[in-house]
Formats: sequence, structure tokens, C-alpha cells
Amino acid sequence: MKNTLRQVFHSSKFVVGFVIFVAILVTMFVYPLINPGNPLEMIGVGTFARPGTYVSLYDATKTPTETFRLADADDKRLASQLSAEDRVAMVEWFTAAGIDVEGLDISDTDALLDMWRANYDASVKPKGMTNAKRNYYKRLNSAIEQVSAADTLIITDKDAETGELVEQGRVTKTDYVNVGQVTNVKTLPLGTDNFGRDVLKELVSAAGTSIVIGLLAGLVATLIGLTLGLLSGYVGGFVDDIIVFITNLFTVIPGFVLLILISYSIGQEQRGAAVVALVIGLTSWTWTCRSVRSQVISLRNRDHVNLSKLSGHSLVRIILTDILPYIASYVVMAFILQVSSGILAEAQLSLLGLGPKTTEVPTLGLMMNWAMLYSAHTNGSWWAYFPVILTITLISFSLNLMNTGLDQVFNPTLRD
Amino acid sequence: MSETKAIRRDLTNAPSCLKGEGVTRYFHTGKITTKAVDHVDFDFHEGELVSIVGESGSGKTTLSKMLLGLLKETDGKIYFQGKPRDISSRAKLKEYWSGIQAIFQDPFSSFNTFNKIDTVLLDCINMRGGKHLPMEKKTEMMTEACSFVNLKFAELTNKYPFELSGGQMQRLMIARIFLLKPKILLADEPTSMIDACSRATILDMLLQLRDEIGMTVIFITHDIGLAYYISDSIYIMEHGKFVESGPADEVILNPQAPYTKRLISDVPKIHEPWDLSTVG
Repeated sequence: MKNTLRQVFHSSKFVVGFVIFVAILVTMFVYPLINPGNPLEMIGVGTFARPGTYVSLYDATKTPTETFRLADADDKRLASQLSAEDRVAMVEWFTAAGIDVEGLDISDTDALLDMWRANYDASVKPKGMTNAKRNYYKRLNSAIEQVSAADTLIITDKDAETGELVEQGRVTKTDYVNVGQVTNVKTLPLGTDNFGRDVLKELVSAAGTSIVIGLLAGLVATLIGLTLGLLSGYVGGFVDDIIVFITNLFTVIPGFVLLILISYSIGQEQRGAAVVALVIGLTSWTWTCRSVRSQVISLRNRDHVNLSKLSGHSLVRIILTDILPYIASYVVMAFILQVSSGILAEAQLSLLGLGPKTTEVPTLGLMMNWAMLYSAHTNGSWWAYFPVILTITLISFSLNLMNTGLDQVFNPTLRD
Repeated sequence: MSETKAIRRDLTNAPSCLKGEGVTRYFHTGKITTKAVDHVDFDFHEGELVSIVGESGSGKTTLSKMLLGLLKETDGKIYFQGKPRDISSRAKLKEYWSGIQAIFQDPFSSFNTFNKIDTVLLDCINMRGGKHLPMEKKTEMMTEACSFVNLKFAELTNKYPFELSGGQMQRLMIARIFLLKPKILLADEPTSMIDACSRATILDMLLQLRDEIGMTVIFITHDIGLAYYISDSIYIMEHGKFVESGPADEVILNPQAPYTKRLISDVPKIHEPWDLSTVG
């Protein structure tokens, strides 16, 4: 046993896969300790907040300020306020007013603004321009002027009795607060999803659930496949015929179609994570059964099995002590693959909307499903689905790598 | 070759131990039927050392598996101690196996590599009804069995079979038989995978064991010289049929069937040039 383990850990492939998988597991356990709370809590009201650090504006106004005079502050402010549409509109005005825009780069804020200040005249009525459009340009112009002016924002409060505005404080353009001193700062490394939930927290929880689903599905599939394979291979005869018939039946009907039909017929309400895992396990045991059966058939006529029979051992004992240990390494490898395919099957099912019910736990597949339903992929909210894909890939990559490593150790023909 | 030269005995009048009438085994692969054992008759007497001799693929091992009850015969009847053999239930089969045991050809594949040597020997004690004996008594029995085959139990205990040499493993097999004391021992080429030195020792031990517990030995081999050396009677098997049988001297010194003559002429001789005319 010790020797086998040492041999296994000599395989670099296995070690790499193992390290990745353990790292994911450790994250699963450690992250909730650092960032506790319900992963399904909707902290954001809007959808798809970008990844980043969020500072409470309210608290920021109450934080002691420092004054900095930064030369490029105004320019930056302007550049960030002029949206791409505004810039295009400005160029449109120039064209409509008959001003030559040759060589103007709209991403060059300075040049654009210089041209604007030099040429804009609210009284000019370019031909064919609607009033609404002209008003838009007036607003745009005043916004540009406001930013340029040395301005102060006054924070006021409404007096409850008189209804008058009472000044509470002033914010000038040179006021800065230290982010560390602001009372409420929230860092969302992966932003929020469509429900306004912290994606990273949800992802860690979902990875955990998905691995549990995979393990459970793999365990069910391996147990069924192993039991039927052992019986079918060792007992043979009529029992073998029946088991092979059932196995063939399950093999012929595509497993995924079966999975979809069963999931659908169970109904959304009854579909918890464990039920989904069970359904996946119940539809994916066939190839374990087939390969275990063929291995057992080649083992059952070995002399040590005959000797065990001659020693009067019972069927169960022969299977458990004389057959099972010889195929154990193979079964472990099959189990790892079953776990990996179980996780993928859950993701596929959930993507079709047939995964576990959405109110209890997040799973990797459900996160993908939500991201897809709320068009995260078309509106550029990559943080809602890309980390999920990466996690699924890493988990199944590490499991497959471990499997390949084990294969090289236990399969003498692959050993170098 | 060995110190205890086998004394040939005439046991044709001894009571029948294992008898077969028209024993047959066919194997079907698709539409092709292989007649591995084709209607053979035999009668092994108590205390006899019988050799079944034949080349590879002649059906020796299939016959031995049927005799052991590991393989069902397609046709024919087998009598055990004068009565038709009844192995219809597990209990009866277990009962039958307390009377007949085997040593297989390849010692390396005869042991479960996951079990310690102690397990193999303890199984034998349990099978003989010694399950409830105190551990000291069991150890004593195992030590005795090991010393019979020149092995030291103290050195073997807690070891795995693969830590032993082929000769040691085969001796351990004999120690197993020593503990089981069956009425019939079926030895399926027990020396063919072992070097010539150990071979003599193993044969010597087998013969000693036979004398000690008075069992019938069915010796299956392809080596007709060896068969002649140790057997009381010999059965020659060719393509699933017995072509010749009888007391060893009769069969070897006065062979009737051409196959027997060929087998005898194929025995390598040291002081004469080989006759290769029969080959191919």
C-alpha cells in the first residue's frame, strides 16, 4: 500500500492534477472562512456590477479630506465624462456646422475639446437639426463647461419642518479621501451576477456543490457498475445474460437523453442537488459495468481463484478477496473519470435548465445557466461566466490528469 | 534423481477412488466445436500414483478441471469412491473438495498476491474444522507443515507469496496439501515451471507425502520419462482421448499406440544421438 502510494506520487502527471484539485478543495474550505455569509445573498440591486472595489459615496463625504492639486485631474475628469456617443455627436455637430474635421481623432480628448470650445455656438442652427438635438448639444456644452469651471458641490439636507435646504458640507474638486478611511468599502473581485450576488463567493460555493454532486454521481455509478460487473463476470450464465442485456439497453439509449427525460419528469421542485447527482449516477454506470465484467472474466479462470474455490470459500468472499483487489486500481481510475463526467453532466443539465432547483444552492451549471439567461455573453459581462468555465475546466482537467497519471503507474505497458 | 526411488506397486485390485465413464467436454466458439475431452474412461485406485501424459492441448488440464469439479462435464459420469459424484450444491461441493485437492502448474499465479502466506495455511486449517483451535495450536500445525517441506514458518510468517521463489511457492503448495490431507491429489504439471534442482526436491516431497497420508495422486505431465519414473499406472492422452493405458512398465516398455512410441522416442537421451524423424 505504502509502496503503491509512493509509486503513484512519483508520477508527475498525477502530482500536478492532485495539486490543482487539492488547491480547489482548500479554496472551497478556506474562502468561506475569510468571507462568510450566504453565497446566494443579493447584495446588489442592479445586474452585473463590474469587478472592482466599491466605495460608499455617502461615507466618503463624511470622511476627512486631504487637498491635492493634481495637474491632470480636470483632463481626466472630462475624458471620463465624455462618452463615446458624446464624442461621435460632437463630430456630427462639426460636420453639420460645416467645420472641417479632417485629421481629428475622437479619442484625443484635448484636441476634441479645443475644437469644441473654439467652434461651438449655441445660436448656430445647422440645417436639418431638430430642436431636441440642439438642446442635447446645449446640455453637453454646459456639462463640459461645468467640469472645466472651478466648482464646488454642496451637500444639503432638507429641513423636515420648513422644507428648506440646509447645507451639510461642501465637496471641492481638490478634495480627496483615503479609501482605507472610508467606512464602507466592498471589493468584488469578480463583480456581481444578474441577481446582484457576489460572483466569487457564489463560485466557491458552486464549485463545492458541483464537486459533491460529481462525487455522489461517481460513487453511485461506480457502485452500480462494479456490483453488476462483478456479478455478471464472475457468476456468468443466466445472470450474465440478464445483466449484459440491461447494460446494453442502457448503452443503446444515449445516456444524456435519458438524463434529460428523467430530470424533466422529476420536476423542478423535487430536483435538489442530491437528486440530480443520483440521476446522473443512475444513467452513467454502463461502461464501468462493461469493463469490470471483461476484467473479471479474464480473472475468474486464474489459478488463485481456482485455489480459493478449492479452499471452500464462498462466492462473496472470492469476489471480495480474490477478484476485487486485482481490479481495484482500475476501479479507482474509473471512479475518478466518473466524478469528472458527473460534474460535466451536471453543468450540461443545468445549462438546459434541468439542473437542481435554483433557490437552494448554486452549482457551476446553474451559474452558467443564469449567465446565459441574462445574456451575460452578449452584453460583455465576462465575469459572470468566464470564471465558471475556467473552474469547470480546471476541475475536470485535474481529475483527468490524475487518471492519466494513475494509468501510467498501474498499466505496465504505458510505463516508461 | 532422488533418494526415495519410487517403488512401483500393483494396486489394480484396490478399491476404486475416482472413476469416469465417457467423460466429455466440448467448447463452443460460434459454430466451431472443440472436443477438449472426448469420451474418456478411467479408473483410479486408492493409493495409486497415476500419470496422465500428453502434449500441450491434448485436454489434460480440461480433464483435471472436471475431476476437480471446477468445470462441468458435457457428458459422461464420474464416480467418487464407488458412488456417482454429487456436487449439485455448494455444501456438497465443499464436502467433495475436502477429499480432492490440487497443485497447479504455475506457482506464481496460484497465490492471491494480496493475501499473506499465513492466510493460505490458516484457510486449510479452517477447512479441516480447526477454526476454533487456539492460535498457538494453529501456529504449531503451520510450523509442522512448513518443516515437512523444508521451509521455516518463522521466516515466512507475515510475508507475501511474491516474496518467495518459485520453488518455495510450490513447496508451500505441498505444505497446504499436508495440512488438508485429501484422499486424492491432482498435481497438474507441478514441476514444469521450476528449475531442475528444485524439481527433484518437489517430486521427492510429493512422494513422501503420498506415503505419509496414503493418498491417491493423479499426476498430469507432458514428460513421459518423469511419468515412468514415478507412476504406478499411466494414461496416454492424445486429442482428448486416452490412446493407451495400463501399468507403467507395460505402457512404457511395450507401447502399442504410435503416439506413445513417438512420445517415448522424443525423450531426450544423453548418450545417444536424438531421433528427430518423428518431429514435424
